[in-house]
Formats: sequence, structure tokens, C-alpha cells
Amino acid sequence: MTKKIVATASLAGCFGCHMSFLDIDERLFDLIEIVEFDKSPIDDIKTFTRQCDIGLIEGGCCNDENVHNLIEFRKHCNVLVSLGECAIMGGLPSLRNWIPLKECLDEAYLNGPTVADCNEKKIIPCDPDIPKILDKVYPCHEVVKIDYFLPGCPPRADLIWNALYALATGNKLDMPYEVFKFD
Amino acid sequence: MGNTVSNVIKKYNGDETRLMDILMDIQSELGYLSDWTIEQIAKALDVPKVSVEQTVSFYHFFTKEPRGKYTIYLNNGALAFFHGRDEVAQAFEEAAGCKFGSVTKDGLIGLFDTACIGMSDQEPAAIINEEVFTCLSPEKAMAIIAGMRAGKTVDEIKGAKFGDGQNSNPLIQSMVNNNIMKRGEVVFADYKPGSGIKKAVGMSSNEIIQLVKSSYVRGRGGAGFPTGMKWEVAKKAHGDVKYIFCNADEGEPGTFKDRVILTEFPYLVFEGMAVAGYAVGAKYGILYLRNEYRYLRKYLENILEQMRDENLLGTFIGGKQGFNFDIKIQFGAGAYVCGEESALIESAEGKRGEPRDRPPFPVEKGYLQKPTVVNNVETLCSVVRILINGSEWYNKLGTKESKGTKVISVSGDCAKPGIYEIEWGFTVNDILKMVEASDTQAVQVGGPSGSCIAPNEFPRELSYEDLATGGSLIIIGRKRDLLKDVVLNFTEFFRDESCGSCVPCRALSGMSKVILERIIEGRGTEKDVASFNKWHSIMRKNRCGLGQTALNPIVTTIKNFPEIYKNKIKGKDDRFCPSFDLEKAVADYDAATAEAR
Repeated sequence: MTKKIVATASLAGCFGCHMSFLDIDERLFDLIEIVEFDKSPIDDIKTFTRQCDIGLIEGGCCNDENVHNLIEFRKHCNVLVSLGECAIMGGLPSLRNWIPLKECLDEAYLNGPTVADCNEKKIIPCDPDIPKILDKVYPCHEVVKIDYFLPGCPPRADLIWNALYALATGNKLDMPYEVFKFD
Repeated sequence: MGNTVSNVIKKYNGDETRLMDILMDIQSELGYLSDWTIEQIAKALDVPKVSVEQTVSFYHFFTKEPRGKYTIYLNNGALAFFHGRDEVAQAFEEAAGCKFGSVTKDGLIGLFDTACIGMSDQEPAAIINEEVFTCLSPEKAMAIIAGMRAGKTVDEIKGAKFGDGQNSNPLIQSMVNNNIMKRGEVVFADYKPGSGIKKAVGMSSNEIIQLVKSSYVRGRGGAGFPTGMKWEVAKKAHGDVKYIFCNADEGEPGTFKDRVILTEFPYLVFEGMAVAGYAVGAKYGILYLRNEYRYLRKYLENILEQMRDENLLGTFIGGKQGFNFDIKIQFGAGAYVCGEESALIESAEGKRGEPRDRPPFPVEKGYLQKPTVVNNVETLCSVVRILINGSEWYNKLGTKESKGTKVISVSGDCAKPGIYEIEWGFTVNDILKMVEASDTQAVQVGGPSGSCIAPNEFPRELSYEDLATGGSLIIIGRKRDLLKDVVLNFTEFFRDESCGSCVPCRALSGMSKVILERIIEGRGTEKDVASFNKWHSIMRKNRCGLGQTALNPIVTTIKNFPEIYKNKIKGKDDRFCPSFDLEKAVADYDAATAEAR
């Protein structure tokens, strides 16, 4: 069997989903029997080297770089999966969605207690090299089509393993209620 | 202010179930219901403040802010836009110097939107301080504002040219027109007041119910429930007190038949209620009239007074021992969902008009938890005629499963909009010919909650077995943008009118509007269109008809006019959501950092 190619990324997330991914522990050895990684923080490959079978996205989109990244993933991945709360619903970063962006920026760079005295020129960072902040945090499926959603904050390691195993082997996903029951 | 509150509450004996009347009376004295006023009302009624607050916030016509000495409620239904609403609204805004949704700085004039006010054949129309203004134009709008600035009363602004029929009655004096274009044998035939009651007193209550059952008359509000059966269940239901409601809350955009019936044949309606009371053993009747028709109040109350004088209401009606019945008018305060019978009952009890869970049905536990019959205006008229002419006569009219006639409100792109009483079984084509419509793109049958049909379905007939309708036909000419002018307007209407109780209705009616707008802008995908059909089946689980049919404007047009959707989504790659606009998403950031750039 040829190995499936997997790519992963963390956009506006905390890398917690990737940590949970590593929590599959010794099954990592089973995993590399059936998949190979392309662009991913796991192997530190920075750009796509080929068309991939599966893409896992952690985090939503809070800036334009996230958007470009996500679009690249959609182009290069046959199946794209939103991994965790932030990718699916915006998560913690989206708490700012109720507040106009200007107010957020003013608080962060001009008026906040830790910056009010030291940002004399009242500068809100802006440079071609730094990403532009979006008006609000978008869940991934509002930017590109997402094929599957794995819920959790983070999704449990078992759920990630089961899902990857199913996608890589074509088997039915084993998804007992416990792996996505949170209350 | 404190006096107003206590006086009004005293008038209603501190009865919290009369909250609708209490709020309306206090508002008409004070102009609006401030937090302070609401607190006083709650104290005086000895209920939590939130009980009053929730009723106030539910209805369009209650307000917590001043809405001006003159308050203009301009209809924002599709039909108003068909006939130049945009220009009229603009003229009002320019002349008044404020936008819709606000009041002029001097507090003189308030401009507000409102849903269909039952004048679809004479749009654009507005309600100004309870008076109806029809067939508005930019010139008229400017003249109205000038009149207000000159300090004229609304009566003076209205002028002395009144509408046809009883609309010129000294107690109405409205510019509204009936536009009765075709009279049938059941509702709009000549009627001698009192003849229904006279006939009823010669019969037993069982005989009446049997007669109504054998006539096969069905509810005319839209659902088509057999009236005789409803009465029979109510008669058998246990309860020391029973109630008869006449549902005159016709809020379905494009429907205005009940307004015309109540204007021209109030006796027929009220006698129908009395007959229903006699048949099921109820002593009290309530006409639930939508607030938009408040201009009929004095006239209808006078008719009720006359009927009491003529012994057609009161005790020993028609000289019959034990036939006691009286009617009061309960006004709504602007909420489409109150046309649903259990919501209507909730509203009449002074609460938010949220539909109840059923069972129990109102015939068992309705108004104040007592057995209650709710009948449509037209149904009650039909019953009186059946009483007089017999069920055999009635059965000869109409089709096999749909007996009698139907009063249809016709509006939209045709030469002769108005009221048509036809026998069931007429085809849509027959009607289009009758109303002189040409170049018709689509017909909205039964209002927004009904279906939008294409010309290939025009040979279908109006009947319960084929195309059922509560009575509205909106004719949509080829010049209209069906998606934008009609479907989007109806979808917004349902979003605004959802009571919010059931999650699918509350959430999906709003999301549908967003997605529909996206499709109209050319940013929709095939998946968006497909999701409407999926959601439609989820919506069937909602508690009431509003929620169940709120996506009908969309799903019936997807079915009958697939090409208008296809044209909008052609070539859109749904792997990259065309709805996401990066430029728009970074615009705020660009603006915030413009100086540093």
C-alpha cells in the first residue's frame, strides 16, 4: 500500500491540537507505517513539495497570512480537516469578534496599561512583513471548503488517531461517543 | 404619569391578562413605555417587571422610546416596493430630515418600517397615528410632512376624500378602498342583519353542529380544519366557561380579505360568532383584530352596540332562553405570529405571542385554559350562510373536497387588484384572466408561507386537494427580479417575525437571509442552495406554521425556478468560499493603520 501524504498547520491556534496529536504516543510508529508527512511543523517542512491526500488545520483565520496559508492547503490537499474548536468555530481568538478591530488595536498598542507610556508615537504596527489583522476571526469553513470536522479543545488523541487511521486506510471511522463527548 | 398608569390599571380591574389593552392605553396617553412606566405597571399589577417587559418588547407597536408626535409606519412588504416604496420612503426622509428608524430632532415626526398592513391592493401604504394612508407617492409624502410641520391634525392631513362602501361611514372615514371586484354567493351576497341568529334560535345546538358538519365547510385561515368537527370537540370539552375567538389577525403579506369583510359585513361575522357560541355553549366571544385595523374600532364597537340593542347579543338572544353571548374586541400590537391560534390566545392573555405546544389543543385548553374555538373571519361568515341556505345549497358550490367559495385577495402586477370571491376550483389561469394580468412571471399563492409557482403550474386549481390557500394571490410580473424583490423580502419578513422560541426557526431564518443575499450578490455556491433544502426539513420540526413554512419562499422558488439560482452560482468554485472577501476583511485594519503607511 502506498503511504498517504499528510500536511498539517496551526493558524490562529495555540498548537494544543498538535500537542494532542503527539499524545497518540507509541501509535506514532504505527502512523508512519501508513502516512508520510509533507508541509507540517512535525517535520518542519515549510512549503508544499507535492499534492497531499490529507490536510489537518488547527486554528481559524485571524490575519491575511492565515487566509493565504489556508488557501494553499485547500489547493494542495484532497481532503481538508478542521482540527479543534478554533478551526471549527474560531475558538478563543474569536472572543474579540464582538469588539470592533479598531478598539482592539487601540487597547493593544495605544491605551493598554503596559503600552500607554511607552508607545509615544502612538504607532499601530504595520509593515509589509507583518500580516494584516482581519476584521474578525473566521472559522476555516468560511474561507475554504472543509471536508471533515474533528471537535474538541483539543480533540482527544484517540479521536485524531482514529480519524487519521480511517482516512489513511479507507476504513470506517471508529468514533465512540466518549471521544467527542465533553460534558 | 403615575396617575395615568393607575387610572388605566383601575379601568381593567388590575387584571394582568388584560396587559395588551393596558399597555396600549398607557402608550397612547404617554407616547411610549419607559422603563419607569414599565416598573409602575409591574408594581400595580403585582407581577415581576420582566413579565411586562417581555410583552412590551415582543410587539412592533409597543415602544420604549418616543416615536414622535406623528409616527409614520410605512409598509416594507414586497408589494409596497412593487409600487414605488423606495421613492416614497426617500421623500419622507428628505422632507422630514430623518432616516427610517428614527425621530426628528424636535420629536415631531418619527419614521418607521412595518410589515404588511393589509393594503396590498393600494400600496404604498402607511399607518400614521392609527390612520391608514394608501396609494402614497413622493408628492403626497411631502404634503403629509408639510401638514405635520404646519401643525395640522392627522384627520386634516388625511383630507375628506374617503374610500368606497362603508369606508366613508362617519365612524370610519378612511381613504382605504374595498375594491370588491367579484361578489360570490356566500360571503359577499346581500345580507339582512339578524337573519342568521333568527335561524339559529329555531334549532338546537346539536342540529347546528350537524348542519355545519354536513356542509363540509373548512377553516378559511389556511389550515383547512373542518369547522363542524372543531365545534363538536369544543362542545364536548369539559369547562365551566368556553370562548369563541374570531381570528382577524390577517398578517400574511398580500392578504386583506378580512379587512374588507369586517368593513362591509360585520353583522355576518359577529352573528357567526354568536352562532358558534350557541352551538358549543360559550357565552363570550373575542374578536382578535390586528392593530393595523384599529381605524375600524369605533365602527365595529358601534355595530356591537347596535346588536346589543337589537337583541342579537346579550342575554336571551332572539328571545331564546339560555342563548347568552357577548363580544369584545381585543387588539393585537403588531406580530404576524399571533395569527397562529395558540399564539393569538397567548397574546389575548397579555403575554408574548409565542405559539403553545400542542396537545392540548385550544378546543380543550385555550384562552385562560378553557375550551376555546378559534375561527377565521371568513369561516364564520360561511357558517351563517349555511344556516340560512342549508348545507345542500353549500355543497353544490366548489369541488369534491372543497365546498363553497373562497375570498381571494389579489395584488401585484395586474390591472384589477382587489377582492374576488370565487368558487373553489378556479384555476390560476382563470384568475389571471379575471384580474387582467399579462406577462406574468410567477404567482405567489397563499402569501409568503404558501408557494411561488411558475407558468407551467397556472392550470392548477385552487382547492384543498390541489393548491390550498388562505386567500392571497400575489402576481409577479416579468419585470421583477424574483430573488431580490420577492424571495429576499419574504425571507426578511420571516426573520423579523419569528418569535424566537424554536431554535431552527430563530437561527435558520436569519442565516437564510444572509446566504440568500450572498447568492444574490453572486457569492453563493451550489452548496448554499442545497443547504436550503436540508434546512427546510429541519424547519418542519418547529412548533408552529411560521417556522415550518419560513423557508417556503426559497425552497418553492428553488423547485419552480431553478434557473434563477443556477444563473447566480454558475462557475463558482465552492472549494474556495466565494462568500469570503479578503479585501473587505482587511479594510478595518488598513483604515486603522492608514496614517502609518
